[in-house]
Amino acid sequence: MKHPFERMNDPITRKQLLRRAAAGGITLSVPGLLAACGGGGGIEAEQPAETGATTVEQVLKDEITVSNWPYYIDQNDDATKFPTLEQFEEATGVKVNYLEDINSNEEFFGEIQAPLSRGQSIDRDIIVPTAWLCARLLRLGYLQKLDHSAIPNMANLEDTLKSPSWDPNRDYSLPWQSYITGIGYDPKKVGGELTSVEQLLDPALKGKITMLDSMEDTVGLFLLEMGVDPSGEIDPTAYDEVIAKIQKAVDDGQIRQFTGNDYTGPLSKGDVWASIAWSGDIVILQPDNPNLVFTMPDAGGMTSVDTMVIPTGGDVYTASTFMNFFYDPKIAAQVTAYVNYISPVKGTKEEIMKIAPELVEDPLVFPTPEVLENLYEFNPEAIENVEYQEKWQAVIGV
Amino acid sequence: MTFLHRHRWLTPYLLLAPGIAFLVVFFVVPLYYLGYTSLQEGTIQVGYTFNWAWDNYSEAFSTYQEQFFRSLLYAGIATLVALLISYPLTYWIAFRGGRWKNLLLLFIIAPFFVTYLIRTLAWQNILSDDGLVVNALQFLGFVADDGRVLATSTAVIAGITYNFLPFMALPLYVSLEQIDKSLIEAAKDLYASSTKAFLRVTLPLSAPGVIAGTLLTFIPAAGDFINAELLGTPNQAMIGNVIQSKFLEITDYGQAAALSVVLMAVILLLIVVYTRLVGTERLAG
Repeated sequence: MKHPFERMNDPITRKQLLRRAAAGGITLSVPGLLAACGGGGGIEAEQPAETGATTVEQVLKDEITVSNWPYYIDQNDDATKFPTLEQFEEATGVKVNYLEDINSNEEFFGEIQAPLSRGQSIDRDIIVPTAWLCARLLRLGYLQKLDHSAIPNMANLEDTLKSPSWDPNRDYSLPWQSYITGIGYDPKKVGGELTSVEQLLDPALKGKITMLDSMEDTVGLFLLEMGVDPSGEIDPTAYDEVIAKIQKAVDDGQIRQFTGNDYTGPLSKGDVWASIAWSGDIVILQPDNPNLVFTMPDAGGMTSVDTMVIPTGGDVYTASTFMNFFYDPKIAAQVTAYVNYISPVKGTKEEIMKIAPELVEDPLVFPTPEVLENLYEFNPEAIENVEYQEKWQAVIGV
Repeated sequence: MTFLHRHRWLTPYLLLAPGIAFLVVFFVVPLYYLGYTSLQEGTIQVGYTFNWAWDNYSEAFSTYQEQFFRSLLYAGIATLVALLISYPLTYWIAFRGGRWKNLLLLFIIAPFFVTYLIRTLAWQNILSDDGLVVNALQFLGFVADDGRVLATSTAVIAGITYNFLPFMALPLYVSLEQIDKSLIEAAKDLYASSTKAFLRVTLPLSAPGVIAGTLLTFIPAAGDFINAELLGTPNQAMIGNVIQSKFLEITDYGQAAALSVVLMAVILLLIVVYTRLVGTERLAG
């Protein structure tokens, strides 16, 4: 039996804390938000900001502030340093203020939306939300154009990621990592192998499972199970069917919680036996609980790309220089070897061969064509569908 | 000086000015914006417009009755339990604490030196499914063998009780401590039993503490969302959770504000009824 407070030092709990700390911070800004919405008579959508790509002044700032998800960059053994960030500081002399304060896209948007809507800086040079949120930020005119001349390494961007529909020339965005959503579980406790999200609804697992509170992940997996492609037009009746199914599981007490990144704590402690989870997280949990495995359901997994963008007020040249640095395969390999997500940088595989050859065989880090074929990205229009959002929010209890 | 001499009536207002300014800036203005926002309609994509959207209220009330009721119930139970725990505790400290009084009080406040989040997260560990507490309860038969405590209403109420206990205990202690002990002696001299002396003298004299404590505990507890989020499941969601997600995740500011106004009104109503029943004049001691 571990003393409760010893637990507090576990990296996983820290991850959880970060999310909560972010939530705590949010409450403080509520009056500000209120004032923002009341005073100006509402937030109005603007056209994308006009930033002439040619007029950027190419001078590095002394410091760059980057907001990313927890555990999304390499750390040294005692988690006190970020080696690649230190290499960046050495190479450029720019100090990195690295924040791990994105824990859920929705929450993060709520936090940054008020100042950005007023055209104010959020004191960050780079943020790394998921693609659909980047698309929304671009649509609302909250983003600045990258300085392509400062990013020669952009040539290393994987071909499949070169032209998303919302930013066909990657004028505003560059991928950080891609992830796979599937099931993380402890086969010993579950008593067998899980190959489908339908199995999470087995009464034997009552109260021992969690699902992600992001619609695109959880609903996406259930749509796949029904044979519906969530990346295309989503049939409202199929959507309602999934909602009804999950609602029933909530009412039965089958689902213990809907979580963001914080499913990791209870899963590694064993209070929860199976979770809808993100691929790289499970690898990070394994030192704590070696029984845990991640699996992509037979019906397919969900995926998306967490993407670097420059919000209003960020320094374009310094931010672009930062992006360029992380598109060097040597640097990208160090990040990937630690986080175990899918790198968007060509040549990473060759570099990983040198530092962590066993990873090259991992289909979750270097997806085989069969895996890739079975991965789906949720239709961004459906994520923005207010009716779908409301139905989903009603299911997750709030 | 001469100016103030000539306009003596101004003095009290000048003395009040800082307090009034504070209230205006931090209460009246935000309240106005809250009301204003609660009548707005729109989404992040199209912007928000003020159009007397009373729908926000009817919808907020009809859709989230369950969470409203649950919040009041949880806060009510937690307040009652906190009172039942705090009363004997502070009574003992006030009357028997002697020179240890301050140290004992410190023990009540000590958990407050740790942040709210960590304290609540610690409960996740304490009540964990394979933990000591749950195993003990299972052994004693209070919890079924395949049952759990974490992620149930019990856990949420326990969390709220624990987190707000000092708000109950401190005002109670102050009013118990102030009781003139000779009054109790006098009651006993007049042949009152210990029970009777307690019921007729100590209890009424401690009423201001009980009233202040219950208000200080109940009001924030009814709007709390951390305990339900960390120790509960979707079936334990309180109104605070709904407001939090409406505000920050769905960015439906109108309904979030309407829910806040309704919560405020309901709490205010309950307080009016409560103070009418027990009498505010007792607050003065």
